[in-house]
Amino acid sequence: MQNRRLVTVLVFVVAVPLLVAAVLQARAAGGISNARSGLTLLVPAAPGGGWDTVARELQRAMRENGVVTNPRVVNVPGAGGTIGLSQLDQMQGRDDVLMVMGTVMIGGIVVNDSALTLADTTPVAELAEDYEAMVVPADSPFQSVDDVAAALREDPGAVAIGGGSLGGTDHLTAGLLAQDVGADPAAVNYIPFAGGGEAVNALLSSSVDVGISGYVEFADQVETGALRLLALSAPEPQPGIDAPTFIDAGYDVYLPNFRGVVAPRGLDEEQVGELTAIVEETVATPEWQDALQRNQWIGAVKTGPEYQEFLDAEVERTTALAEELGL
Amino acid sequence: MDVLASLADGFATAFSPINLLWVVVGALLGTAVGVLPGLGSAMAVALLLPVTYSLDPTGAFIMFAGIYYGGLFGDSISAILLNTPGNSSAIASTFEGHKMALTGRAPQALATAALGAFTGGLLATVLVAFLAPSMAVLATYFGPAEFFALALFAFVATSAVVADSLVKGLASLVIGLAVAVVGIETQSGTSRFTFGVPDFLDGIDVVVVTVGLLALGEVFHRASLAHRPEAETLIRSGGRPFLSRGELRKALPAWLRGTAFGLPFGVIPVGGSEIPTFLAYGNERRIDRRSRKPEFGQGAIRGLAAPEAAGNATSGTAMGALLTLGLPTSATAAIMLAAFQQFGLQPGPLLFERDSELAWALIASLFVGLVVLLVLNLPFAPLWAKLLLIPRPFLYAGITLFCVMGVYSSSGSVVDVVLLLAFGLLGMLMRRADVPVAPVLIAVILGPLAETELTRTLTISEGDPSALVASPISIALYAVLALTLVITAVNRIRTRRSIDA
Repeated sequence: MQNRRLVTVLVFVVAVPLLVAAVLQARAAGGISNARSGLTLLVPAAPGGGWDTVARELQRAMRENGVVTNPRVVNVPGAGGTIGLSQLDQMQGRDDVLMVMGTVMIGGIVVNDSALTLADTTPVAELAEDYEAMVVPADSPFQSVDDVAAALREDPGAVAIGGGSLGGTDHLTAGLLAQDVGADPAAVNYIPFAGGGEAVNALLSSSVDVGISGYVEFADQVETGALRLLALSAPEPQPGIDAPTFIDAGYDVYLPNFRGVVAPRGLDEEQVGELTAIVEETVATPEWQDALQRNQWIGAVKTGPEYQEFLDAEVERTTALAEELGL
Repeated sequence: MDVLASLADGFATAFSPINLLWVVVGALLGTAVGVLPGLGSAMAVALLLPVTYSLDPTGAFIMFAGIYYGGLFGDSISAILLNTPGNSSAIASTFEGHKMALTGRAPQALATAALGAFTGGLLATVLVAFLAPSMAVLATYFGPAEFFALALFAFVATSAVVADSLVKGLASLVIGLAVAVVGIETQSGTSRFTFGVPDFLDGIDVVVVTVGLLALGEVFHRASLAHRPEAETLIRSGGRPFLSRGELRKALPAWLRGTAFGLPFGVIPVGGSEIPTFLAYGNERRIDRRSRKPEFGQGAIRGLAAPEAAGNATSGTAMGALLTLGLPTSATAAIMLAAFQQFGLQPGPLLFERDSELAWALIASLFVGLVVLLVLNLPFAPLWAKLLLIPRPFLYAGITLFCVMGVYSSSGSVVDVVLLLAFGLLGMLMRRADVPVAPVLIAVILGPLAETELTRTLTISEGDPSALVASPISIALYAVLALTLVITAVNRIRTRRSIDA
């Protein structure tokens, strides 16, 4: 009994001054923003996926260079990222949270009939992009994009196209091509797989006629000759990749798979400026440059009005396309 | 001989002290996350990934290899002792494994599981080392039509044997299918039975269903009987972790049969090791029925040995598929694929040419990891089994905490916790009504798989059902299935007649 009282007293003696000191210290250090001391990177997907990789690379670059003292990654997976989006919406006005998002979320919002959209967030920056590749099995009769386009024009249902999940970049690219050749995007025979890797299997077993996914997923099989690369969805030919862009081949198909960050809505200009500065400092670090190379991303930093404009344009055309795909 | 020389080099790398340390760390970590329900080796590798950037890739992958197999050893520990499979690959192990523990044979059950996992993993890794490239070809014969035939086959083959009463088995199966259709259908984007709850859009997690029905259901069932005098007192388990000659004689063929079921499944991407473990379990049970003294239901050692071996054999060849084809055939393999890509390596046909040193070191570490895990697991079996000596109220309180924590930490969602409790109640009611739980789990896992592949087949063929039987593989699978059904029906009628007469 005596002992217990002693412990209680001791706890108070130690804890109370510590707490007071901490509060005073925090007040004195008022110059440091919330975001600088403890930024939360919200990942609207499970650990291990594309968005998660972006967040963990950011976290590493921030921590190693002291851009943010204590960045942490929180995963809120589910429903194409829209569960994370609704979590972010509840953090209105908080200036120490960034959510990773990208092209896939725009489709996810349509597929999951989300009431919230990216208009309910504060755009901060675009970070990186990569491009889609279109491939066929080595023994396919399709030799070029023109052959695929001709087949689509004749009967869009007759060409089975495999790729990632519904409404994702792969599906959208298929839709863009169909649209461009004058076929009904909703009639495209698109077979969604859990990811590019599974789609590769479907191509090798000749279950699907055409595959569309990130180039990285196909790179090895293209190199060994098991798959034939027909085109890339980049704005210009990519160094080291021997394939024309859709645009060079004569098709108006340009779809970057971009990754960016957004903050909760209800922030003032100063708060957005601070978050933008953090991102700009982070992407300038050698760690981030290294991350771009390792993950085969193409650095594409846009901030402020430029990002807002880009995002608005992408949201508008991608949403329209997703609707046309019948999602 | 080329292979042997490369493998020897691989072992030289794997046996360097620092790499040995990584294998042991990985094995321990893998076992730990394997034991926890809901946390699997996939999660562990994903979370460790950023930490490993500072390691050289060889060290990192050697550690991942330890985690990979460690998870499979760990998940059966909680399955056997607590009736709570640490992962879906251990669901089939709970059926007979937990019964063995309840009849006082916990250390033997743990030893059977560890030895089975070792056997399956070892044979699979040998196969990967020597035949990986030719095995990988198998994957290219399987398209959606064949996957559907396979899923349907597993479905009928297992549900036909796990339930004794046809009506109750079917009822249980239908509950499972109802749970399985919740969420957005991946092929069309239609959302089903989500009732406006956004958390339901991705469907109900298999972990929640499994842990709820098996573990919490059991806890609730016991609690509801608490006021009655304890009918069965727990037999104190014997301390010997080694199997008697009689036990070995039963387990050995089961390990080998299980391995045979598991090996081919690693290469074909139909949802990891669940199908082979269920098939192996079903097969043992079918064999058992024909014997003079059926043991299933009272803790048959064969019913545990076979699925354990099958699970690890699948994981072993899955690693082969990952390395030689770049095909991720399980969740952990998918994360490992991401890990390779982050280190600037691309698993696939070119890996053995470009990074042969790393690839062979990894294969050698798989062997080392298996031995380390066996050494870690066998002596600890009696220690783990002591867990059952904890007085019932504390044990069940602990299990409840353990389950809720596991589910919450894997998803961070309160909805999942509420669902977990709901499935716990359902599990209790099913136990009360003597309805088997296993068909629910089989339906939850295989149902969506079968549906997706069926939809894919029909979409590709633009609705022409003849695509389902267009290849020799699917025709053969359906033929075997039909034959099994006929034999089962004939046997049932015969036994009924002999009872009537």
